[in-house]
Amino acid sequence: MENLMQDLKSQIIDQLNLQDLSPADIGNDDPLFVEGLGLDSIDALELIVLLQQHYGIKVANPEEGPKIFHSVKTMAEYITAHKQAA
Amino acid sequence: MQYITDWCLLRQHVIVKNGQRVFEDNSADFLTNAYKHLEVAYPKFYKMDNLSKLGFVAAEVLLENKKLGEIADPEAIGVVLANRHSSLDTDARYFETIQSFPSPSLFVYTLANVMVGEMCIRHQIKGENTVFIFDKYEIPFLSGYINSLLETGAAQAVVGGWVDLMGSHYEAFLYLASHLKTDSSIIHDHKNIQIIYGKPDAGSEISDH
Repeated sequence: MENLMQDLKSQIIDQLNLQDLSPADIGNDDPLFVEGLGLDSIDALELIVLLQQHYGIKVANPEEGPKIFHSVKTMAEYITAHKQAA
Repeated sequence: MQYITDWCLLRQHVIVKNGQRVFEDNSADFLTNAYKHLEVAYPKFYKMDNLSKLGFVAAEVLLENKKLGEIADPEAIGVVLANRHSSLDTDARYFETIQSFPSPSLFVYTLANVMVGEMCIRHQIKGENTVFIFDKYEIPFLSGYINSLLETGAAQAVVGGWVDLMGSHYEAFLYLASHLKTDSSIIHDHKNIQIIYGKPDAGSEISDH
């Protein structure tokens, strides 16, 4: 899980062009949107692409988005659960 | 009478403002290095496409230390630009992603007007904005268009110019036109613009009054 979260931080920085950040700047529980990293709706779409591209996971229910993409930790938990289910 | 109070030119690894060379970088990361040189804290810069980065840096240089609010209300400041390649550089990049995973962040930049949007957000500009697509910088037409906005009161100040990018080619020329006359301002007409844009053979000497 810790390795997965580290990978996710690097992938998020790369996918969203957050070039002024390093993985160490992103806490596992930091909110990704609004008061956290300040991501926007386009970034949310990029995170959906990231899940599909890197982990082969499609987010079937858009309403789950806020819960899945709340933080790096919630993303890692979602990936772990859906990888195991696959 | 309308005047140009400030202008800048980004071309061939050099930035010139009001006739003075202010930055030079011969690397392939010219725009990013120019952004860093300006010491602007605006993380969204890194998310922009290259055309928007070019326009952003040019506007930053043009409006540095400028208080636009003292010249006109945000609703009375316009942006009138033109270019040759529209958003084709990003259109092509987006098309490449369609083969696998279409990129949402590239898709939102597949319009040249988005570059102007980025400038307007950054500098709180809320007046008319337009991007014309021409084969070359049609200075008489564009200066006439901007003068008509200023003379009819549709705008009190306008950021005008040419911002074009395709692959490794880039060129940005921006100026600020308004009724404001200063010690260093020049008359806003096509001959003066041709001179400061870099084609001195196209007109006579700069007229400043």
